[in-house]
Parts: sequence; structure tokens; C-alpha cells
Amino acid sequence: MTEYIQQAILNGIIETLQMTFFSSIFAYIIGLPIGVILYLTSRGHLYENPVVNAVIGFLVNVFRSLPFLILLVLFIPVTRWIVGSSIGTTASIVPLTIGTIPIVARMVESSLNEVSAGIIEAANSMAAKPWFIVVHFIIPEAIPSLLLGGAINVATVLGYSAMAGVIGGGGLGALALQYGYYRYQKDVLWVTVGILIIMVMIIQEAGIILSKRVRR
Amino acid sequence: MAANTVFELRNVGKVYKADKEADFEALRDINLEIYEGEIFGIIGMSGAGKSTLVRTLNRLEDVTSGEVNFYGENLAEMNGARLRQARQSISMIFQNFNLLTQKTVLENVMLPLKIAGVKKSKRKEIALEMLQVVGLADKAKAYPLQLSGGQRQRVAIARALTNNPKVLLCDEATSALDPKMTEEILNLLQEINRTRKLTVVIITHEMSVVEKICDRVAILDDGNLAEIGKVTDIFTKPTSRAAKTLVFPNGIEDMINPFDRGHGLKRLVRIAFDGTSCNEPFIASLVEETGKKVNILSANTKSVNGIGYGQMVLELPEDETDQQIVLSYFTGKGLSVVEVEEDD
Repeated sequence: MTEYIQQAILNGIIETLQMTFFSSIFAYIIGLPIGVILYLTSRGHLYENPVVNAVIGFLVNVFRSLPFLILLVLFIPVTRWIVGSSIGTTASIVPLTIGTIPIVARMVESSLNEVSAGIIEAANSMAAKPWFIVVHFIIPEAIPSLLLGGAINVATVLGYSAMAGVIGGGGLGALALQYGYYRYQKDVLWVTVGILIIMVMIIQEAGIILSKRVRR
Repeated sequence: MAANTVFELRNVGKVYKADKEADFEALRDINLEIYEGEIFGIIGMSGAGKSTLVRTLNRLEDVTSGEVNFYGENLAEMNGARLRQARQSISMIFQNFNLLTQKTVLENVMLPLKIAGVKKSKRKEIALEMLQVVGLADKAKAYPLQLSGGQRQRVAIARALTNNPKVLLCDEATSALDPKMTEEILNLLQEINRTRKLTVVIITHEMSVVEKICDRVAILDDGNLAEIGKVTDIFTKPTSRAAKTLVFPNGIEDMINPFDRGHGLKRLVRIAFDGTSCNEPFIASLVEETGKKVNILSANTKSVNGIGYGQMVLELPEDETDQQIVLSYFTGKGLSVVEVEEDD
């Protein structure tokens, strides 16, 4: 492998990490509240509201069922409007975030659902207001599960970020595509794939360790 | 009773609406009062409606008919703020403890105070004091899952006491515990009831719990109030089918061993004796004083609130005059005599 390729791989790693990191953060900033709303408005929960739940649930399902590659293309105008360009690492963060939000929302919803109804009943018997119950009872109890879900989400973003290479995003995915696929440089392909696998494993393990450490 | 009424239930009914199946009537026309300072038991088989009933007392469940009054105020008519205020004085503990597993014992106990808006330094002080009351001051920094079931329930009790409530509702609080831990928790509840003048409402399916600490008991049977009264009365003279089933879990027949029966069908009576006559050898005295003999088919004594109570099923002599002599001897001794029917 030439020095040029080696440098390109190094840059790819950094870009992939950037895309994964920022997309995950933004996806959680938006997806976490959506997950909480989905949970709270579902049947038998604190703010039961079938209409709100159905509307948000529908939107989440629509975005979740769009193949990510299609979503990438569909959202090019939006990306251009937000970032000013539709190619490059920064531009990829927009569709990555949008594609990850519904996954985060569902993951958060299912983590919160694991909190036993008894805890909420106890909170109610202690005269806690609904919002207090969410912040001081439900979310703290769900943290180990939220962390595990977080690791799965970040690994998913990492996988998606590789796809962003197709429409001009940076990172390891673009590298694998351009050198490995279009130029038949199989060594580049296998190296990038190997690095991606290692990165996913590290994220997953870190999530498990973190979740175990905070679980009491 | 002259004491203040804490809860007054009038014609309370609860119907669960089901989408497709028939509606489920969990409670039917329940009328009862719970007085200040007593330990009140609510007992019944599973599915009898006890858990629903206790949840109407702090409005975790809304009633569908009738009313639940807390110190004369209808819970259903309270707005959110007033209800929360009332709930500050109605604490509750649960079968599964419902402690926050991710927070320390101390943080758990401090939570109700945080909800009530107590200052942080004051919260810690009160919480530590409550942990002292339940004997777990040394576990303040531990997490609930590091504790035994009995210890967890004690943390829950400490948590329930922090706001200095008037009532403590216990929903099957000892059902997940082994007999030794159950004993510990019941002793603690009794102590709290006495020292803090706290009214305690206990939901259970175990007669032993009621016998040990309750003053009065309500027996629920399939959503109906089958019987209510002093524990000693119900234990000695159960009248409803549900009460009899609880006092004699295997039915009265089980108390009578067929091999002990004399030939021919004779009259059977059940004698209930309370603490006062329990120590007296009255069967021996009967024989000595009247010369009449009875056949003891079964006997069973229990300690209720520390006083011995018991029952005995006796077969009376064949001769009717002899029967009368025996019966009047027992009634003269202040014993309660109840005829036993064969299908009882």
C-alpha cells in the first residue's frame, strides 16, 4: 500500500469518527425526547394520548422503513440548505442524523418500557408530579438499558456512515468504495472493512462495559 | 369506637371496562371504616379485589361508584394539588418493594422529601433518622439489590415514613418474604404503629399475618365484603363462607378425622376459646364436675396478637339431656359454642 493510501485510510478513520460522533449526538438530542414522548403517550402511561402517539409513531415508522441509501438521496436538498453543500463529511452528518433519529426514538422507548410499573406506582403514591416521575424515577432506572441501546445505535450510525460514501460523503466507506470497488484495489477494501469491524466491536464492548459499570 | 375515622368507604364499586370481553367487577358495594391508630387487615384469596381496594384509598385507582372519604373528604373530588397533599399523608409499601435500583438506600429514602420540596440538608437528616428507625443506618450507601428482601422492605418502610404520614398502606408487604423476615417486618410495623400512632392498613392473603398484628379485619370474597370485625371475633366465630375458608383453609371436614368418630352420627359442636379460658383444663373439669364425656375430634390453638385462641370440635354424648348438660357447662364457662353441620 502506498503512503498516499495509508494517509487516506488515516483520514478516513478520522472522518468516520467525526461523522459517527456528531450524528449520534444530534440523533440523541432529537431522538431521546421523541422516545420519551412515545413512551409517555402510549397506552397506560403517564400522558396517555392515542392521537399524539399514533402520529409520532407513524412518522418514526416511515423514516425507519426508508432504506438509508434512498434517504441519503432524498435529503440532499435539505442537507444543502442546512450545510450549504451536499458532499463531504459535514454534509453527511445531516442525513445520518435524520436516519438515526427514529432508531434512537424506538430504542429509548423500549428501554423506558423496561422500567417496572411498580416504580411508577410508588412514585405516584409519593405524590410526585408526572414530570418529576420521568426525570427522577423512570430515566434513572432506565440508564443501564439506555447505555446498551446507545452502543447499538452508535454502531448503526457507523455502518450508515460507510454508506454515505456513495453520494460523496467522506470516511472509510468512501475509501472502500472508491479504491476497493471502482479501482479493484482489494487490499484497500479489506483493510477498511477490517477497521470498520474493529470500530464496531470497540463501540459495542464499550457500551456493554459502561452499562455494567453503572448497573447496580 | 370513639377514635377518629381515617377512611370511610361508602358503597364503593369498581368496574374495569374491557374492550371486547365482559366488564370485570372488581369491587361491589363495599362499606367500611378504618379508625385512627388501628392496624386494619384486608384479607382475601387472590383475585378477591384486595389490591384494588387498597389502591382506592390513595386513589391510585379511581372508584366507579360510591365514595372514599379520607378524614371526611371525598378523594374523588380532590384536584391534583389537593390529592398530592393527601398522598403525602398516605404512604404505601409494596410486595416488590418498588425501590429505585439505580439509587442508594439513602437516595431512595430521601425521594419523598425531595418531592415534598424539603431542603437538601434537611432531607439527609430526616432520611438517616428514618433508616435508624428501621435499623438500617449502616446501609445508607448500599444499593437496594445488595440487600436481602427483608432489608429492602425495611428501606421501603423508612421511605414511607419520611413525610410523617398518618396512614401506611401495605400491599402484600410480606408476601415475597420468608417466614423469619415476615416476622421481622410485622414486628416493625407493629412497633411503628404503637410508637408513631400510625394507622396501618395491611393487605394480605395470609391469615397468619392478620392473626399476628391486626386489630380488625375485613374479609373480601370475589369483590364483596364478606365479613368485617375484630380479628379475635372473626377467628373464633367466622360466619361467612370466605371467613371459614380462611380460618380453616382445608374446610371444617379436614379438622375432623373420620376414624375418631364414635359409631353412629352424633351431634358435633365447635368450641372457640379465647385467651381467658385457654389455660383452663375445661374438658377435664367437665368430666369431673358433670360426669359427662365428650369425644375430641380435633383441636387447634393459635396465638392472635400474643393471646392464645383456639377451637375444638367435639362430639357430644348421644343422650339429649346429657348434651344439654355439656352445652350449658361450656356456655357457663364463657366459651362460644357453635353447632357444626356436616356440610359446613
